[in-house]
Amino acid sequence: MGTEAIGKTSPATQSNHPHKPLKLKTFLMILVMVICGPLGNVLLGKGMKQVGAIALWPLSRLFFDATRIFATVPIWLGICSLLVFFVAYMLVLSWADYSFVQPASALAYGVVAMLGYFMLGEDVSPLRWTGIAIICMGVFIVSRTTPRTTNPKVADPG
Amino acid sequence: MRVFILFSIIILAGTAGELCVSLAMKRVGEATSFHPAHILRVVMRGLRQPWMWVGVGMMALAFFALLGALSIFNVSFVVPVTALSYIAGALGGAVFLHERVNLWRWIGVLLVAIGVTLVVLGKS
Repeated sequence: MGTEAIGKTSPATQSNHPHKPLKLKTFLMILVMVICGPLGNVLLGKGMKQVGAIALWPLSRLFFDATRIFATVPIWLGICSLLVFFVAYMLVLSWADYSFVQPASALAYGVVAMLGYFMLGEDVSPLRWTGIAIICMGVFIVSRTTPRTTNPKVADPG
Repeated sequence: MRVFILFSIIILAGTAGELCVSLAMKRVGEATSFHPAHILRVVMRGLRQPWMWVGVGMMALAFFALLGALSIFNVSFVVPVTALSYIAGALGGAVFLHERVNLWRWIGVLLVAIGVTLVVLGKS
């Protein structure tokens, strides 16, 4: 083990010697997730506020409201943002542990509070800041463990 | 009883759904480059995995259960309870995906769950 780890790493050695690029690309993807996820939700919320309350009945009203929803720019921006989030999520799960990615993506709770505080001028209570600090501590501890503890498979390029 | 069922669905179906997506992507294999063509190929291959669709179905189920819970209870009660899914996630990763969750990761997961609870309780 280890001697053939240089150059073309075999899957087995990679799992035992998680190297820098693995951590780097994992953090890059988690960064994309924690920015695009909350941003998408905020945009959807903004879009739905523009649309207002939805009538479910009669069906013609529902159809009319649906067309109004899809004619709203923030809704589409939100959907795009959430699509980027999901692609990043799929990619990171193709190599990293779920038990690593899931707690790390909790940073999104902090990002939402930051977005609210700096962009929308919302009040963030001390209890909330405390919670964010504890989440960051938890994420820091999780991130010190290796992103992958199982034997990986490499997606063949063809 | 209704509370118990709703929250069980939210936590278990939500976590199980994400575990299925994770399993599907592990079968596809590691994405090795960020070239758009490669990313598209990996995503398309992921969408052809049956587990991906099982996962998306479960996540949809959890989403509707969440909407149901939100129609009965306050957000400030619902979301802290769903922080339990971080613990379910670490357990699921260890049991179903054979990930080695060591003590440090457990401590981190617990802190995250506590932090999420405080964030939601602190919502003014």
